[in-house]
Amino acid sequence: MNLEKVFFAFFIVLALTLNFGFFLGDLGDPDHHNVYELFAALVVSLIATVMKFGDRAHIGAVLLATSLVADLQLIAAVLVWGITVYGLETGLTPPIMASIVSLSGGALLANIISVVILVTETVMYRR
Amino acid sequence: MHNLVYLLLRRMRLPLIIVILAYAISILGMVLIPGIDDQGNPWRMDFFHAFYFVSFLGSTIGFGEIPYPFTDAQRLWTMVAIYTTVIAWLFAIGSLFSLFSDPAFRRILSYTLFTRAVRGIREPFYLVCGLDDAGHLLVHELAGHCIRTVVIDNRESRVQALKLDDLPVYVPALCADAADAATLSAAGVNSRHCRGVIALTDSDPVNLTIAITSKLLSPELQVICRSESHDSEANMASFGTEHIINPFDTFARRFALMLKSPSMFLVYEWLTSIRDAPLREFAAPPKGTWVICGYGRFGKAIQKALSFEGIHTVLIESDIEKTAAPEGVIVGRGTEAITLYEADIENADGIIAGTDDDSNNLSIIITAVGLNKNLFTVGRQNRGSNEAIFNAARLDVIMQPGAIISQRIVALLTTPLLTDFLRLARQQGDSWANILVSRVIGVLTDRPPDSWTISVDAEQAPAMLEMIGKGNDVTIGMLCTDPRDLTATLPCVPLYLQRTADEILLPGNDCVLQPGDRVLFCGRQGARTYMRWTMNNFNALNFISTGEDRPSGYLWRWLAERHASR
Repeated sequence: MNLEKVFFAFFIVLALTLNFGFFLGDLGDPDHHNVYELFAALVVSLIATVMKFGDRAHIGAVLLATSLVADLQLIAAVLVWGITVYGLETGLTPPIMASIVSLSGGALLANIISVVILVTETVMYRR
Repeated sequence: MHNLVYLLLRRMRLPLIIVILAYAISILGMVLIPGIDDQGNPWRMDFFHAFYFVSFLGSTIGFGEIPYPFTDAQRLWTMVAIYTTVIAWLFAIGSLFSLFSDPAFRRILSYTLFTRAVRGIREPFYLVCGLDDAGHLLVHELAGHCIRTVVIDNRESRVQALKLDDLPVYVPALCADAADAATLSAAGVNSRHCRGVIALTDSDPVNLTIAITSKLLSPELQVICRSESHDSEANMASFGTEHIINPFDTFARRFALMLKSPSMFLVYEWLTSIRDAPLREFAAPPKGTWVICGYGRFGKAIQKALSFEGIHTVLIESDIEKTAAPEGVIVGRGTEAITLYEADIENADGIIAGTDDDSNNLSIIITAVGLNKNLFTVGRQNRGSNEAIFNAARLDVIMQPGAIISQRIVALLTTPLLTDFLRLARQQGDSWANILVSRVIGVLTDRPPDSWTISVDAEQAPAMLEMIGKGNDVTIGMLCTDPRDLTATLPCVPLYLQRTADEILLPGNDCVLQPGDRVLFCGRQGARTYMRWTMNNFNALNFISTGEDRPSGYLWRWLAERHASR
């Protein structure tokens, strides 16, 4: 058992599940989307990215790319949240909530691709 | 460069994860712990404010308790946050610094910088492998001729020493194993600007590997090798190594020449001398009995050369088994008077201290001179750094392998005609050499002569081609005239002229030059600058040819023509 692989798979899957939890619910309803969940999804996604640093294999590079995409999407969602609530002080109106959730939806897609690649790699090596 | 980024990222993995975790925990704590706003109502920090607070906390800026004064619970958590984030940052920055000072990282960094510097060279260069005395001298000499070099040596101290030297051109240097094909590729063997590989390490097998690798990677490349045994010489020659230089054989041949014709030896020495050396003076070794201490590679080469000249030699050697010394050899090191007495030093004419230990060589010479003041002394100086003590010992001839090798290579690379000239000169008699020596000494000061080659072509001599094209003769005498003063000649001697079908030794002043000719000159340092002026500037050449200062502008030329026709 490779401990590095365990940690990495853990963080990749955790990023996906947390993100999924945040994404779930009515698109424009702030009550359905928990801010803690978004925070946790961002932190876990960042850790998953850093864990792929320095992996010279081709698959490692693709995983780094997909998790970077997830990071960017989540950071964009967090920025939209922060700017609208504290910068513009418009509050969480349904259109804004919808754009935050759809950004996290994009990150969710990137997370899914990461997990698919992870599973493919695992199946290929059968170790 | 990829290597470097990957290494950086991989080593920063753990520190970055710790920084992220420390931030996440601190932020989460600040959000979860209840506080009180300025109205006394319960209040909770949101993520935006928590991130803001932890950011300035972690970077130890500390703006205070924002937006409302904290409760005790919040202050407790702030203390936890201070220590975790600050320690996490210190750890991350410390890892970064330790990575930069890591030997492995530095090696990759210097390798990357080296390959980039080699790729950036846009002019002809030579790759020099091995930086001991010979390589060091060679790199300095070539840099003095503004010829670029790239250097590989397996000892860090030598590479560092070269970097500290003040060279007129930038010399990229790498500490690596030159016998490795990947290293040679990185050093530009495949570059289209690479003109040749010079293998000068102190190990024959390594030189052999470098030669064969370079020949395989880039067959048209010129390869010059140092070799100290005949066995590897034959091996190197078998796959087309252009020049193989054995310092012992080279010196033995030179020394034999010195015995046969001291003047010719002087010509050789002057023409191949390095630029900063003092001018070698005339010395004629006696032809009587010679005592040779040390029958190693050097002793064997010189004994062979001397017996070829019919000179009687007495050998002294301490290790008879290993050196396979012939019968009649005297056993001992030669550093003690008793061995030297045994060799009949009192009636000998010369002594050659040729062991591979510099202190022993000096000791032999000093002991021998104490026994017989009239001895002609020849000493082998193995290490360049011992120059001062060898000079102080006032030997008649010092044999330094590094200097011999670098002189020959510099001559090969900078003045290709010199080899042809020396080949022809060997066939001349001693009196011819005497005349040449007196001619050359007439133009010199106390420094050795500079030798240079000119070619009559469009690149080097446009003015001469124009002159010849107009039907006028250009002679060697015109080139040797000082373009500033027609009555004076430049301090130089024409040595050798080469044409497609002809060659002339010591061409006279009235020798007419043709397009395509190449001429070898030697003379005082700096004389070549004025010669280049004559070759390039039509007005200067015309002035020398006719004695008239031709008007250079259209107006003055027109006026001059009107004046002449009137």
